[in-house]
Amino acid sequence: MTVGEEKQIVVRPGLAERMVDVTRRFFDSDLWYSFTRSPVIIVSAFVTLLFVGSAVFAPLVAPNDPFDLASIDLLDSFIPPIWQDGGDSRFLLGTDDQGRGIFSTIIYGSRISLGVGFASVLFAMVLGISLGLISGYFGGAVDAVIMRAADVQLTFPAILIALLIDGLARAVLPRDFHSEVWFYVLVLAIGLSFWVQYARTVRGSAMVERNKEYVQAARVIGIPPVLIMLRHVLPNVMGPVLVIATINLAIAVITEATLSFLGVGVPLTSPSLGTLIRVGNDFLFSGEWWITIFPGLALAVLVLAVNLLGDWLRDALNPKLR
Amino acid sequence: MSDASSSPRSSNQALLQVDNLRIEIPNRRGTLVAVDDISFHINEGEVLGVVGESGAGKSLTGAAVIGLLEPPCHIAGGQIQLDGRRIEALPYEQMRRIRGREIGMVFQDPLTSLNPLYTIGRQLTETILTHTDMNENGARKRAIELLEEVGIPAAAQRIDQYPHQFSGGMRQRVVIALALCINPRLIIADEPTTALDVSIQAQIITLLKRLCREHGAAVMLVTHDMGVIAETADRVAVMYAGRIVEVGPVADVVLRAQHPYTSGLMGSIPLVGHDVENLTQIDGAMPRLNAIPRGCAFNPRCPRAFDRCRQERPDLQPVGGATEAACWLFDQQDDRLSRGSGTHG
Amino acid sequence: MADAAASDTPVERTLVEVEGLAKLFDVSPPLLNRILQGEKRVLLKAVDGISFKIPQGKTFSLVGESGCGKSTVARLVVGLYSPTRGKIEIDGIDMASLKTRTEIAPLRKRLQMIFQDPYASLNPRWRVADIIAEPIRAHGLMSDKKQIAARVGELLVQVGLAAADGEKFPHEFSGGQRQRISIARALASNPEFLVCDEPTSALDVSVQAQILNLMKRLQRELGLTYLFISHDLAVVYHISDIVGVMYLGRLVEWGEARTLFRNPQHPYTRMLLDAIPDLEMTGRHRIPVAGEVPSPISPPSGCHFHPRCPFANDRCRQEAPKPRPTAAGEVACHAVEENRLPEAEARRVSQQTAPQA
Repeated sequence: MTVGEEKQIVVRPGLAERMVDVTRRFFDSDLWYSFTRSPVIIVSAFVTLLFVGSAVFAPLVAPNDPFDLASIDLLDSFIPPIWQDGGDSRFLLGTDDQGRGIFSTIIYGSRISLGVGFASVLFAMVLGISLGLISGYFGGAVDAVIMRAADVQLTFPAILIALLIDGLARAVLPRDFHSEVWFYVLVLAIGLSFWVQYARTVRGSAMVERNKEYVQAARVIGIPPVLIMLRHVLPNVMGPVLVIATINLAIAVITEATLSFLGVGVPLTSPSLGTLIRVGNDFLFSGEWWITIFPGLALAVLVLAVNLLGDWLRDALNPKLR
Repeated sequence: MSDASSSPRSSNQALLQVDNLRIEIPNRRGTLVAVDDISFHINEGEVLGVVGESGAGKSLTGAAVIGLLEPPCHIAGGQIQLDGRRIEALPYEQMRRIRGREIGMVFQDPLTSLNPLYTIGRQLTETILTHTDMNENGARKRAIELLEEVGIPAAAQRIDQYPHQFSGGMRQRVVIALALCINPRLIIADEPTTALDVSIQAQIITLLKRLCREHGAAVMLVTHDMGVIAETADRVAVMYAGRIVEVGPVADVVLRAQHPYTSGLMGSIPLVGHDVENLTQIDGAMPRLNAIPRGCAFNPRCPRAFDRCRQERPDLQPVGGATEAACWLFDQQDDRLSRGSGTHG
Repeated sequence: MADAAASDTPVERTLVEVEGLAKLFDVSPPLLNRILQGEKRVLLKAVDGISFKIPQGKTFSLVGESGCGKSTVARLVVGLYSPTRGKIEIDGIDMASLKTRTEIAPLRKRLQMIFQDPYASLNPRWRVADIIAEPIRAHGLMSDKKQIAARVGELLVQVGLAAADGEKFPHEFSGGQRQRISIARALASNPEFLVCDEPTSALDVSVQAQILNLMKRLQRELGLTYLFISHDLAVVYHISDIVGVMYLGRLVEWGEARTLFRNPQHPYTRMLLDAIPDLEMTGRHRIPVAGEVPSPISPPSGCHFHPRCPFANDRCRQEAPKPRPTAAGEVACHAVEENRLPEAEARRVSQQTAPQA
């Protein structure tokens, strides 16, 4: 967290030395210590890394490219997993109705799920942190307006907002265009339903930090409010934000899956985990259980791992619980 | 350690006797020793001041006596005897009963020691009911008496108010009433006046002194404020880095401090009416628990330290009068003994 | 200020002048509650019209119990709050006349603040060197990195730390060392005037002595002017040239420190002096004063101190006393004016001064 902050105010030692120092301090920190002491968290982190890694390097990891129409053969459809009768060595976890390998589709699907997840969390963070900082630092009428907006936002469930925005985008944008911007629509839809949490948390912490003497000292020196917020207040409110972000990532992935399951998210041609589950759902009772069960399992494991990480981070960063 | 012979002490048995108490805080880098092998006693009806700067281990000592050390802090050695009975390793339930009946506690922050959800009357009567065989009416009457005793005006009406309706000073009075309501024989008061204004501080000190005399309770007064000690205590123990460095009658310690730390500490306190350009200064700071120096813990800051101070750790030994100090300057075997220059100007 | 003239001017120059300063805080319930529940606006008079002057190179202390408004005065003087009424002049410049950030900047350089809590006054995520360099960078005093680093090292040495300490983070230091860092930061822009808000009250006594000695040394070396806020009379006696005693937002008495402590006039000043624990074990008999500081939201009528004052009469209950000159400075008390106060106990401090080897 501190790394970004320190770059702009380099004094004597070079950047490399600083990085070494930061790394050393990280491995010496209580956070790292508590990490090494809990096997569940190590496993969670490993699983999360595995998902993120295979999502990033999907073309290298996946045995076949489910998005490449040329390589898909309809004759390969409904092949069961490799260990069942009729399994095919090319398709570890079998194929779906269009002959796409489930294993590869899961990898590419989690790429989309995680991409949407990260992007929407980032969007919500930037929006929420900015509004929260402004609200908490200046207080008064500005604060009242922002916080009432947050209250209104909270009265709509996240899915509803996402459905509204998605529906709006479909109605307003031309049909072809939508197939190109669905990613941004999803990010906007999911991100908008999350910003309130960041705004409220940051506002609360900012109100506490604002009254601390180091902020007053900066004011006495004559540092402009924007710089005080960015340099002094922001780095000191990032702890809880990181916790929310982690837990939100899990929720964002679920929300995306839900939207895709409902058919308003990712288009069928580039399926995310949610789309896969929906597609598989149609065949669940006709024997082709693997189409929905494996993506479902993948989603559950990913969300669980990220959630566990978030919970641990919250406890580890909370000095009262240490 | 010659703890068997540790004393020009009063012959009758002490109310509280602490021997070789050691408190440890295990953490991931090892074990910190917060209180290291200290012994002291408190006689019936006596006020013992335990004074020291932050990190000296004085509050932990108080908490250990009343059995309220917060894990991972724990007693790692030594004994605590209340009236000849060992209490340092009692099971929780028994300790709770002792806490209720024999040892009372007054904390620094009166807000946290009162439950904000109950009226002060309820908190008082509940304590009285748990620890005596009074009935409800009797307990309430006793509670009102107590509140009057600690100087709360219109006690009969205010008993039904909540803690937040009282000011800081009044709250501390309520806490004192709460500590006194079971007629304890020992009260542990941990920085009872620190959170209060000067004028209120004086009121509370006077009150505490009067009440303990009237109730015959002994007090272990833990504080960083020498002024409070001078006003209140009969004897005083000065702590530094987990050790008692000097203990003796309050007038001797305050006016004729022997240990270089104590005399430095006294010299560093500004006084109204004393015109000095610079205060006596002890350079440096109390060592952190993970970096306590070898030998006498005070040696790096001590203007009179010599070789032995850096090698061996001194124990308390008589230094004249009823005072004991843990300092090699006063070692009889050592002819370096330069008594008398102990007091600073 | 850098004029060569400074050395041979015998006349005391007033650096800071505060006149009729007042600050009201709006502590009302939110607008909606006021409308719905018919609650009134509630104003808290934190500072209620106080005036004082600080000569250059001297220490002016404000002393009083919590809630008396002394910290608010400190924050008003450095511009953290804007006054409701009254005027603050620094070296003849009216602070209210400076509207924009660029107009205030030259003045900001000349006045700095030291805070009470050494654990809260340094940004925990910054290195000490960056903390100390902040005013230098903010005011654009230097731009060359090497130059700044050298200056930071110099400041660290000046406050009794090592230049290499700049590379560490605040949590690696003890409370006293942090307060030194705080002082180094305050000195970074070469100020003339330091506002010190209880700079030693969070420190242990032996460390307090170090900081007080350091502050005195810096004052001698750099010719600093201090506004010193404290609740501790002994500390105030030690460090001050002039002392002002505040009670519920008003300055009840002020004057030259030694004279004021030897011969306190106002009953409240006497009470405060009487409440100091007796460290010299003279066995002096103390009469603790009854009562507590009332809420500043609804202060008593007339003289705010009258409910606790043993000498109060009807006039005190109705009419707020005006400041009148004394031997030391000024006092605002009807009883003093009417000569109703017993003289005897006022001499207490001078007797106490006696035994000193």
